[in-house]
This record gives sequence, structure tokens and C-alpha cells, in this order.
Amino acid sequence: MIDVINLEKRFGDNQVLRGISITIEKGDIIVVVGPSGSGKSTFLRCLNCMEDPTGGQIIFNGADIADMKVDINIHRRHMGMVFQHFNLFNNKTVIQNIMLAPVLVQCQDLRKAKQKNAVTRLANLFRSSSARKELIPVQTTKAKIKEEARAQALSLLKRIGLEDKADVYPSTLSGGQKQRVAIIRSLAMNPDVILFDEPTSALDPEMVGEVLDLMKVLAKEGMTMIIVTHEMGFAKEVANKVLFIDDGMILESAPPEEFFGAPKNPRLREFLSKVLV
Amino acid sequence: MGNFSQKVDKFIESFITQNGYVRVLEGLQNTLLIAITGLLIGILIGTLIATVRVLPKYKRLPRILNGFCSFYVALFRGTPIVVQLLVFYYVLLPMLGGRMTGVQVSVLVFGLNSGAYISEIMRSGILSVDHGQMEAGRALGLSFATTMRQIVIPQAVKNILPTLGNEFIALIKETSVVSFVGAADLYVAFNYIGSNSYEFMVPYLVMAVIYILLVLIISAGIKMMERSLRRSDRRH
Repeated sequence: MIDVINLEKRFGDNQVLRGISITIEKGDIIVVVGPSGSGKSTFLRCLNCMEDPTGGQIIFNGADIADMKVDINIHRRHMGMVFQHFNLFNNKTVIQNIMLAPVLVQCQDLRKAKQKNAVTRLANLFRSSSARKELIPVQTTKAKIKEEARAQALSLLKRIGLEDKADVYPSTLSGGQKQRVAIIRSLAMNPDVILFDEPTSALDPEMVGEVLDLMKVLAKEGMTMIIVTHEMGFAKEVANKVLFIDDGMILESAPPEEFFGAPKNPRLREFLSKVLV
Repeated sequence: MGNFSQKVDKFIESFITQNGYVRVLEGLQNTLLIAITGLLIGILIGTLIATVRVLPKYKRLPRILNGFCSFYVALFRGTPIVVQLLVFYYVLLPMLGGRMTGVQVSVLVFGLNSGAYISEIMRSGILSVDHGQMEAGRALGLSFATTMRQIVIPQAVKNILPTLGNEFIALIKETSVVSFVGAADLYVAFNYIGSNSYEFMVPYLVMAVIYILLVLIISAGIKMMERSLRRSDRRH
């Protein structure tokens, strides 16, 4: 589903990614580990062009999104992202946070379709009856879109047991609750893949579990996930491939049993000896 | 104090019996019209300029726009408002062959002028919003403009509301120079009353009190707005 080919990123003179290539299939759970400053977060942020890659290609659903000419917004709708610091919209209530993007995006599509239809209708006046073009079918209305998004948001909230928090502002939630809302906010767009950028690093220890549990449920449901994390236990249990990135390169890529059981790269061995005490 | 009560009598006579209050009401109306419309135009221009100034700069168009906005801000912050009024009314207007009343010119110039100041206020407001908010919006597939409008600017406005209130208060007081282009504001009204009765002490005192009252009312209004906008910060 995602083909990363020779991805490079440099900030000025500082080359952070030095040619990363990897193929991600539908349903893959990929966990990325590595020492701090290794480029693992940059790699993740390049995948949805939060950082523009300076070289290489990212083929996502058949289009090269590393190309600056493509409309990245359309591709990002199919690529969820969960941040270390949650980044819930502070000026919106929990349910508004979840509904916002689906409603805006669908209303935008609706508006565009209506505009196109208006132009077609006008043009049809000057066409002979055989040459008339068909209108784009518009079956929905703004109110319908909002209603559906609301129902979806509520069912998502129910799933994580926070339906009673629908109308409060994010500032009243705990860290774990915020991160779980952030996860279902990205789910509300029905993405093909979700990117997780250290989703548990900013949480108090007792809240890490609830977020990881939700991620495990998503993994079981077959969601494609790419996760940058320091939770080695989670990687062992859930991932079907673990990547070790250091110095902007993938040094090892293996299923978790092999990755943790028989690491080949000496730097990975050193890294694991430090983190798996 | 017999002298003073005589002056008060003179003022009251001129204010009520000689229809001075009509002029004062007209003046008050013009003062408020210029300040409020000027502020609204200023917020509009200021938000646009501030948005341009925080645009990512790796493309050509944002850089050109940014240069234009810097020039605009330098121009309007670098000259006194009186000079701007005079230049607009006596130089630009005849050159362009337009016809506008003093009040219209004042509204326009005060709008353009406060736009320059508000752009800087708004820019600092936008920068005070955590960058993660923009990233979260963009990651969901919303455009820069949509995220700005829906997420960043509402939070920025909340942060800068006290400063924006300051700007409005400054604007109200600055309008007292619009008589330079023949707009009849509070000053013109009280000056008229004064010269009618050959007595300026009480009219100008009353004028000062009216300005203070205006500012106090506005301050109270801003406080109320702030409280309602702070809803999302409360923890309960």
C-alpha cells in the first residue's frame, strides 16, 4: 500500500534520512525503534509529508506523494496521524474534535460537486440534447453529513467508553483520555493507515496501558499501523515487523521474534542491551 | 465658585436650549462609527496580513505577498494618523478624482491604520497557538486556510483579546483628530458649544468625562467577552 523508495530528508546541512526504502502492505503493524535523534520520528513525519522529503519517492495508493505537485490534503485524508502531545483542538469540544474534519471535508466535496453541476447545467443549455453531459449525483445535504458524522463520533466515543465526555473541552480530560480521543479522531476519517508518533511518551505511566490497549484492538481489527515507540513489550506483542533506524538508515528489519531474539546488527544489539534491562 | 456655577449655567443653556446636545449626539455617533468600523476593517486587514506573514516561505508567492505586507505595515506604522488623514483627503482623493465625506475618509484611514497595528497583534496571537494545532489539522487533510480559520485564529483571538481591547480604546481616543478632514466628532461638537457661549472650560470637561465613560463601558464589554471565550479553559 505504501512504497517508500530511497527516502531522503535534510534540514540545511544536516542529513537526517539517508535513503530509506520499505514496502508496507495492508494490515501491516510496523513498529519503528531507534535511539533518540536517529531520524525515526522524521521518517514517520515524512510519510504524510508533515516534513517535505528532500529526495526519493513515497508511493501511496498509486500516487507519489513526495512530489510537491500533488494535492497532499487529499492523500492525508486516508492517512491518520496520532501525535505525542495529542494535539486535540483546544477550542472545540470532544465531539466537535472528532466530527470537524469529516464534516468539513465532505461539505467541501459537496460544494465542489454542486458548483460543477451548476456549470454543467449552464453549459448544457448550449448543447444539443444528444451531447448533454450528465450531472454528478448529489444525494446528501449538509445537515445529513453533520448528522451522520455525529452518529459516527458518538459510536466511536462509546467504543472507548467516553460517551459522557462528548460535550466537554479537551482541557478537562486526562492524558490517556486525550490520546484515546485523538486516536478515534483520526479513525473518524476512515483512514487506510494510521501513523503513531510516540503516542505514549507524554503519558503518565498508569495511563500508558489504556492507550496501548486501544491500539491493540485496532491492530486486531486489521488496521494498518506504523508506530514509533519506546514500548518494546508492545512491539514484541503486536508488531509483525520491527524496524531499527539509526543515523537515518534502516539497519535492521525483521519480525519481532527475530528482531529481539537474534539481532544481527551490532548497533541494534547495543541498543537492545540498553533498553531491555 | 460662583464663577464656576455661572459657567455651568452657560454650558447647560447652550447644551439644551440652543440644541447643543444634537451636535453632541451626532459627534458621538460619528466617533463610534469611525472607531467601530475602523476596528472591524482593521481586524479583517490585520488577520489577512498576519496570516500571510506566518505562511511557509519556501514558495515564491508567499514571499512576494510577505514583502508587500511588510511594506504596508511599515508605511502605516511609520506615519502619524493625522498625516495619513491629510494625505488621503487632500492628496490621494483629488488625484483619484473620488468624492468622499470626511467621515468616510476617516473610517477608511482608521481601518487601514489599525489594520497595520492589529496585524502585529494578531501575528503574535497566531504564534502563541501551539504549532501542534496546525499539524493536527493538516494531518486530518484540512488545508492551511481551513485549519487557520477553524482552529488557529479562534484560539489566537482568545489570546489577544485584551490587547485587541487596548487597540479599540486607543482607536476611540485617536478619532479626536478627524476634524482635520472635516468630520464632526465629539471634539467638534463641544468646540461648537464652547465657541457659542464663549466658554470652553465646562464643555471640554464634559467631553473628557464622555470619553472616560466610553472607555469604561468598552472595558467592561471586553471583560465579558473574554469570560465567555475562556469557557474551553475551565476544568470541570
